[in-house]
Amino acid sequence: MTAGAVMRTVLLLVLVAFLVTPQSFAPVFEPLTRYGAPAIYAQGSLVDITLSHLGITLVATLAATLVAVGLAIVVTRPFGAEFLPLSRSISHIGQTFPPVAVLAMAVPVLGFGTEPTLVALFLYGLLPIFENAIAGLSGVSREVREAARGMGMTGWQRLARVELPLALPVMLTGIRVSAVIALSTATIGSTVAAKTLGEVIIAGLTTNNTAFVLQGGLIVGALAILINDGLMALERLLRRRNGLADTTAR
Amino acid sequence: MIEIDALTRVYGTTAVVDNVSLTVPRGEICVVVGTSGSGKTTLLRMINRLVEPSSGSVRIGGEDTRGFVAYQLRRRIGYVIQGNGLFPHHTVGQNIATVPSLLNWDKARIRARVDELLTLFQLDPEDYRDRMPRQLSGGQQQRIGVARALAAEPEILLMDEPFGALDPVIRSKAQADLLAIQRRFGTTIMLVTHDMTEAMALGTRIAVMDAGKLLQYAPPAEIISRPATVFVDALIGSGDRPFRMLALQKVRDHVEPGAAAGLPIDEEASLREAYAECLWSGRDAVPVVRDGALVGRITLARLTALAARPQ
Repeated sequence: MTAGAVMRTVLLLVLVAFLVTPQSFAPVFEPLTRYGAPAIYAQGSLVDITLSHLGITLVATLAATLVAVGLAIVVTRPFGAEFLPLSRSISHIGQTFPPVAVLAMAVPVLGFGTEPTLVALFLYGLLPIFENAIAGLSGVSREVREAARGMGMTGWQRLARVELPLALPVMLTGIRVSAVIALSTATIGSTVAAKTLGEVIIAGLTTNNTAFVLQGGLIVGALAILINDGLMALERLLRRRNGLADTTAR
Repeated sequence: MIEIDALTRVYGTTAVVDNVSLTVPRGEICVVVGTSGSGKTTLLRMINRLVEPSSGSVRIGGEDTRGFVAYQLRRRIGYVIQGNGLFPHHTVGQNIATVPSLLNWDKARIRARVDELLTLFQLDPEDYRDRMPRQLSGGQQQRIGVARALAAEPEILLMDEPFGALDPVIRSKAQADLLAIQRRFGTTIMLVTHDMTEAMALGTRIAVMDAGKLLQYAPPAEIISRPATVFVDALIGSGDRPFRMLALQKVRDHVEPGAAAGLPIDEEASLREAYAECLWSGRDAVPVVRDGALVGRITLARLTALAARPQ
């Protein structure tokens, strides 16, 4: 086991331990509280909040993946090439629009709760996935495409058997970036009453309790590191399977 | 049999292939030679409709290719490209099985065919079947490319500069392998190259193209002795003509009775090799052997006469 793997395992164990028995970590956070305020967030189960946070991130990232990969497939086909500039514009606007602004605009339409957060995260996550999916699909070598056509594969067969499998590692990079961004950005969903780890941070900010802010932040940070590493490992595996050099940054 | 009739492909206002007609009889190898931009690759790609002709027709075994759905047509025609285009994420076995699996052959039949082809290309199936393409040498990858093209037993094989990426030693081995396999299966082959030596070595007929037009379509000996245009002549290279002529024939057909001194030459060698041997060792005749047994000799005088322009 490498040093990195040991550290990740320790991080995971500490995270799980903290989520399951937060009170046992009270002495660690005690010094950060003042006037006898509680050291550990107890207005809701940390496990439930974390699972809800992960759920929102997962749903938003999956939806962004479906739409962005779908669009990338369409605009890399001959019939869809003319939609490339338009699709680029849409995904760039999604990225430049601050999620907070999306929340503000979505609340009057969708009401408070999880939905506006999902919309904001979805829009924010489109661009990295879209651009990477295009890069992956257009990165398949000319010889390989030519061979697939020459062997008598139909358009769908070329996509499903050759282009998508070969583009997958690059696509996954986009999905990973998007997922990590969504994971951290999801915290602002708690300003519109979505159940995310932002709840813990906001509770800390409003009561001037540094221990709460730190707890929320550390959980999100730990999750981001673990998810990032997990997806990176998957990318490496896929690259190896695709017979490509391992170029994933470690 | 491939029958190409008045085939033309126009891009914008330029005819990349201009009114080309030629017939490749069953079991023959037609080599299309030309400089880059001559339209030879476009001509080849119109046969399996990777490029749709602007006008004219192609018939394969008497059937007009326009009568097929393009991808179904391509499954019936073997196709090999330069740099082989193997699927990097598939094993060697899966690569070879590409077309049979598109045709829904059953698993046992595919597996038997893969092993048969690997054996034919001197690669042990047990060892190579599950390797990935990047674990093979360039020459091995090229062989897998040809094996993949032959997997569904096509009557016709199209090859676009198939040996272009190989070093000279591996290339001549690959050419010899191709000839052996062509004889075994009787496949009709159309091969594109810019290398006249390769064309001479492989072609039963050579088609010379320039600027989209077919300049000459004839057996190698005729191309050498009666080039249709100055361009064809230049492509052969006037300094090489006698040697190319000698390279076309084998010692076997010109053995004379009699003895000669020194190291013998095999009757399967080309006249060019025999000539080189005479010159290099300073002999007027070289003994000829068949399977190691002496069968006669070949003389420098005879070789010199054979190298002259046919009358």
